[in-house]
Amino acid sequence: MRYLCLIYGTDAQTSHFSAQGMDHYINEHLDYDAHLQALGKLVAAEALQPAGTAVTVRMRNGKLSVTDGPFAETSEQLGGFYLVKADSEEEALQLAAGIPSARFSSIEVRKAFSISDNGDQGSGP
Amino acid sequence: MKYLCLVHCDEAVLRALPPDERRALNADSMAYDRLLEAAGHFIAAEALTSVSAAKVVQVRQGQRSHVDGPYAEAREQLCGFILVEARDLNAAIQLAGRIPMARYGAIEVRPIEVMEMIENPEGNAA
Amino acid sequence: MTEQPTATAGVLDALDAIYRTESRRIFATLVRLLGDFDLAEEALHDAFRAALEQWPREGVPANPRAWLVSAGRFKSIDGIRRQARFTAWDDATAHTDTLADPAPAWHEADPDADALEDDRLRLVFTCCHPALAPDAQVALTLREVCGLATEEIARAFLVPAPTIAQRIVRAKARIRDAGIPYQVPGLAELPERLDAVLRVVYLVFNEGYAASSGESVTRADLSAEAIRLGRLVAELLPDPEALGLLALMLLHDARRAARTSAQGELVLLNAQDRSLWHRGQIGEGAALVERALLSRRFGPYTLQAAIAAVHAEAPEAADTDWPQIVGLYDVLLRIDPSPVAELNRAAAVAMRDGPTAGLALIDALLARGELAQYHLAHGARAELCRRLGRTEDARAAYLQALSLVRQQPERQFLERQLASLPDTKNF
Repeated sequence: MRYLCLIYGTDAQTSHFSAQGMDHYINEHLDYDAHLQALGKLVAAEALQPAGTAVTVRMRNGKLSVTDGPFAETSEQLGGFYLVKADSEEEALQLAAGIPSARFSSIEVRKAFSISDNGDQGSGP
Repeated sequence: MKYLCLVHCDEAVLRALPPDERRALNADSMAYDRLLEAAGHFIAAEALTSVSAAKVVQVRQGQRSHVDGPYAEAREQLCGFILVEARDLNAAIQLAGRIPMARYGAIEVRPIEVMEMIENPEGNAA
Repeated sequence: MTEQPTATAGVLDALDAIYRTESRRIFATLVRLLGDFDLAEEALHDAFRAALEQWPREGVPANPRAWLVSAGRFKSIDGIRRQARFTAWDDATAHTDTLADPAPAWHEADPDADALEDDRLRLVFTCCHPALAPDAQVALTLREVCGLATEEIARAFLVPAPTIAQRIVRAKARIRDAGIPYQVPGLAELPERLDAVLRVVYLVFNEGYAASSGESVTRADLSAEAIRLGRLVAELLPDPEALGLLALMLLHDARRAARTSAQGELVLLNAQDRSLWHRGQIGEGAALVERALLSRRFGPYTLQAAIAAVHAEAPEAADTDWPQIVGLYDVLLRIDPSPVAELNRAAAVAMRDGPTAGLALIDALLARGELAQYHLAHGARAELCRRLGRTEDARAAYLQALSLVRQQPERQFLERQLASLPDTKNF
């Protein structure tokens, strides 16, 4: 089964990091990516550029509408995600807890509908 | 360049759709993923189960805890995503606009931050 | 794996080179054939993907451009049918039938289907259409004609990428909604429409030229893009003013290396090391000016270029032919009067006739009010006062200029000038 782990945090949580601290923090994430990869658990993981770089897109009556900014202005921004494979929700929560950001941020864990990786159909809507 | 298309919709609105329309939307959504794949834009995508099953995890002082529910309460929630490769922001906007769910909800397009392993972070100088 | 890996590498290199030099031309033709910017963009992407797949097997085709145009068009028509449910068209088949027609509506008066050059011109004029807001014209031209990414344009103009993206989305919607035709304007409209194109090109050039430190690497690229654009327009439509603008850009750009000191400080024209000027570009610019002047239908760009050419001819600043420059400003002011041109003429008069004459002109200009907020007017006044030994007036004028200046290198220049004034005893 696949789970999406969404990392919500604020700049304030890491703004006190020194440059060295920040580099180390980034390396920790990349190490965790490699660790999950080695376990065969990683599907995708990315850091996101800040919310100010986002646009929100809608298609209404054949017209494309584009507005500046993220879909929702939240006090904590979505900063990155991990898409992981796990055999149970408990395992997914463990994998989420292993993300270095979990020490400062909140990680929302969502189960995906995907066809599971051993070929069974995932649960439908 | 990579962009994350975050698909937001009102679950209640989707549940209220006539079954035919709901089926067509699902079929269209999967077909669109395949179209993106054929065109070389597709990296990954998932439809997400209901926010009612979401959990929010934190680790504080080495202790893991979690609460039920989404991170933020809102009428329109994240219901899926597509990670795409596109020439630039405008190309990504075009791809996002044709996501079938864009007609029902809203797609946030966010550029991916490129992260590289930093060799010799400051302070580790020999 | 492949039997002839070097052959494949050769094909890929060729494809890469074609992408770099031809992709915008191919795009322009696809816009004509498909009737839509976004379709054309995808078609271009698909065409190159097809080439990437097929050319290593089949070899580079005899006419690569034609192959790519054809592949893009075919895939687009095919794609439209498959995508029908994802688009706004009620009847996708009707649309694809139109596209499959070898002479679709937009092909119009031009019987020569191989007129790829005209397609690029159509693209430029469409992107610079007066129905679009000026900043949208710039963004659209840079993206669609020059092939810059939205993010690159944003960085160059120090504006967020979402803002540029919206300008481009709105511009394309406007083109669609207003039914802006994809064509080179007719003879009657051409002068005005060409004006708009040249204005966009010059704006892009100045954005790149004004930056002299920090981001200058990116912004120098903007000047290069403008020159490239200018060459395209001059090549396809050798109107004297198009030649004049290209000359002006080449002549200014030729001085780039001499404009900043090793410490990143601004160096004015009269103090520049002329051995750093790009002689090749100067030669090219000067030749273009001559051509444009010969036509006798020249305008402000040509005259400004002619002035730049006079500067470029002088081996040292002291050799500058100031009377000729003043004469050229006289002509410029007759056909295109502007306070800034008057200011520049005043500075040239000061060089020809002495600071008193120049100062009188600048004082009169400032009294009229138009240049009151222009830091260069006060800077020029300060310089002339300094030369006349009117130290307090110079100081006041430098301070006034400093209160108005925005660019950091210019600020630092003014501060140095101010600091170098002799101290005065009374305040």
